[in-house]
This record gives sequence, structure tokens and C-alpha cells, in this order.
Amino acid sequence: MAAGDDLKLIGVWASPFVVRVKLALSFKGLSYENVEVDLTSKSELLLSSNPVHKKVPVLLHKEKPICESMVIVQYIDEAFAGTSPSLLSSEPHERAVARFWAAYIDDKLVASCIQSFRGKTEEDKSEGTKQMFTALENLEGALKESCNGEGYFGGESVGFVDVSLGGLLSWLNAAEVMSGTGIKIFDPIKTPLLAAWTERFRELDGAKEALPDNDMMVEFARKRQAQAAAVVAASEN
Amino acid sequence: MAGEGDLKLLGLLVSPFVVRVRMALHMKGVSYEYIEQDVIDKGELLLKYNPVYKKVPVLIHNGVPLCESQIIVQYIDEVWPGTNGSSILPADPYDRATARFWAAYVDDKLFPAWLGILKAKTQEERAEKVKETLAVVELLEAALAQCSNGKPFFAGDSIGFLDLVVGCNLLWFEALRRLFGVTFVAAGKTPLLAAWAERFGGTEAAREVVPDADKAVEFAKKLMASLCSAPVANAS
Repeated sequence: MAAGDDLKLIGVWASPFVVRVKLALSFKGLSYENVEVDLTSKSELLLSSNPVHKKVPVLLHKEKPICESMVIVQYIDEAFAGTSPSLLSSEPHERAVARFWAAYIDDKLVASCIQSFRGKTEEDKSEGTKQMFTALENLEGALKESCNGEGYFGGESVGFVDVSLGGLLSWLNAAEVMSGTGIKIFDPIKTPLLAAWTERFRELDGAKEALPDNDMMVEFARKRQAQAAAVVAASEN
Repeated sequence: MAGEGDLKLLGLLVSPFVVRVRMALHMKGVSYEYIEQDVIDKGELLLKYNPVYKKVPVLIHNGVPLCESQIIVQYIDEVWPGTNGSSILPADPYDRATARFWAAYVDDKLFPAWLGILKAKTQEERAEKVKETLAVVELLEAALAQCSNGKPFFAGDSIGFLDLVVGCNLLWFEALRRLFGVTFVAAGKTPLLAAWAERFGGTEAAREVVPDADKAVEFAKKLMASLCSAPVANAS
């Protein structure tokens, strides 16, 4: 691995946003110190590195903090521009398209997934599901445009959008399992290119390194759900 | 004038997102055809070129559409890099990350807060949104101190990405002052921002592009009427 020039990643293993940064670092072959934090009791390091949002991930490069997952991913790509692969193309239009879909994933896909699986009412959840599948259909179209569905959003090799969506995979899988509704997010019938992409992506060495294990994620989600239920039960007694 | 190919911009004169794109184009000395859109009753052109969000601005370069203002501004900066003077994003990766961080913060937190003032259905809701907006502005005062490092603008000696992203909201701060009597940037509370706002307004790009706040007030009244809010008494 290339010397990462004093890189520290403050995060939690289960966060899809932290996973995105790990993916970028892995794909670029950069070594870093992983600092796992407790979000229920935020440390001085986290609070001083991200005073605005107090969230993970935070990347420290030579002690200087960078926050917001996709801002960090762009930073990694630019600060280590000599290290391949390039996550963003050098062509302005391709860069604009990649940035557009990465922003879309955060604006539309993440929010609708959360609503679909954690909505307060059946109506909420159903609206969330509808929006989630619209978002996935749009991403299916984007994938077709970028490589005719044969490769990645970045073309023949992974890029910015692959990192953005790829970071979500274990989290989405756990949400799917926990919902118990039988809804399949990456449905090979509805969005065949995306379904194939998830398989292809998971096979990459960088992905194997960075993505948390599916079973561990489900276990973690179960524990959190049990904890939340215990809190409710205690307050009702 | 830079060779630009065929360039069209679908916009709304008072939209802060459109203002920042037009200022970026002005900074690069690039000419384009501007096409004002009706954002309440959306036309064919807008729906065709931005089917995903159906919003302005949309930059159409040689027939190819680009959407999302921050993405468009970065595109403009990359296609027409120009001399150091008209560089919009800073050169250093860490400075770029800092600019992008604050730009994301402004669009995620500042815009919805002040838009919420317009859309509020009750006095309580309005007061809450005013409070939210003021809290964000306070943080931006600190951001300005950090980013400018004593220089006149967020980007340093001349305006850059973050100046455009923050600055395009100023005309709406003035519009909200005229509509509701609230002040967001004042020398007493946010001295750095107040001084910066004067300088921003005085730049050539701002003078060319930013419409009078009266136009924003006019649009706000139309918007509020379409949302069926109670009519607003003018604050004098």
C-alpha cells in the first residue's frame, strides 16, 4: 500500500458514509489509521474535528480535518491525483454528470430508502418505497449511459458514483432484511443493470476490504431495534 | 470573448441558484442566451432538459444539459479555466474541500431556513424559521473569518466559489427585510459578513447580474399567493 501521508479516518464501521471513504482509500491503495468512535458519547477529537455537524466520517490529513463523505472522496481523489485510479474523469462534462448522480443518490435515494423502511405510517412507507424505486430507475438509466451496463458508473473502472452508491450496499441489505416486507431493492427484474452492478462491485478487492459484512450489519440493526424497543417498553411501564 | 459554442441558460432572474451561475459566466466573460422560465407553471423546455428535478438553473452547452447550480459553476470553471484572476474554485485540494463543505452547508441549511420564512403558515412557524436563519448566518460569520484569513472575500482577494454560493442569498435577505422587517446581516452582530456583503454587491459581476430586491419581493408575493398563505403587510 502506498504511504498515506498521515491519514486518519474517524468513523464507525456500520455507517455507509464512512464506508464510502474507506472505499475511496482502498481503491486508491492508500493506508490510513482507522479511529472507531462512540457516537453515543462523542469524543473531543470528533467534536473538535467536525464542530459544525459533529458527525462521521471525518478524514484527518496531516491533522487537518475534512468532513462530508463525498467532499472527502473528492479531496482524496485530488490530493492523491498521482495515485490511480482517478475516481473523477478529467473531462468537465463527465465530472459534472458524476457529481450530479452522486448528489442525486444523497438527495433522493438515501432519503426515500429511510422513509420506505422507517416511515411512521404505512402511507409514509409506501410513498418512500415509490420514490425509492423511481430513484433506482433513474440510476439504472445513468448506469446504462455510462457503460452500457457492462462496467461501472465510472466506465470501465470504478469512479465517484460507484463509491457513492457502493458505500450504501451493506446498509441497504440490512434494511431490506429488517423490513421483512420482501421488498428487494436491487431487483434484477426492475433494474437488471443495477442488480448486476452490485454483484460486480462486491467482487472488487477494494469493496471486500471496505464493506462491512452483511450478517454483521443485520446483527447490528437487530441489536439497535431491540435497544429502541427496550427504551419504549421501559417508558410504558 | 472566450469561444463558447452554443450556450443557453434556463433560469429565473431572482433565483439565488441562477444568480450564482450567471455571475460565474460573467466572471469568465462567456456569452449565452438567457431564457427566463415560469417555475410555478413549468414549460416544455424545463421539463425536457431537467426531467429529474424540473428546476432552474439548467445550462445547455452545445445541446447537452447540465443541472444543479454548484455542479454547473464547477463545470464553467473547468471548461473556461481562464487566468488566475477568474478562477472560481481554489487550486489547493484542501481549500477546495473547505469551500465545498461550506457550500453544501449553505444550500442544506441556509436556503431551506429562509425559504421557510416565506412558506410559513403561522407567525410561530415564521419566527422559528427566522431564528434558524440567524443561527446559520452566525456560523457563516465564523466561516468567513476562517476562510478569508483577513482578506476581503471568502476566496481571498477576489470572489470565488463560496462567495458566489453565499452571496446569491443576499438579495433575498434584503427582500425578506422589506417583507417582514427582519435583518440577517448587520454590522452589529455579523461585522465581517456585513462588510463582505457591501464588497460583494460592489463587484462587477454582482452589479451586472443581481436583480433589485424589489423583483424578489414581487416574486415572493406571487409565490406566497400560490401557496395560499395570508397576505403580507408591507414593512416600511
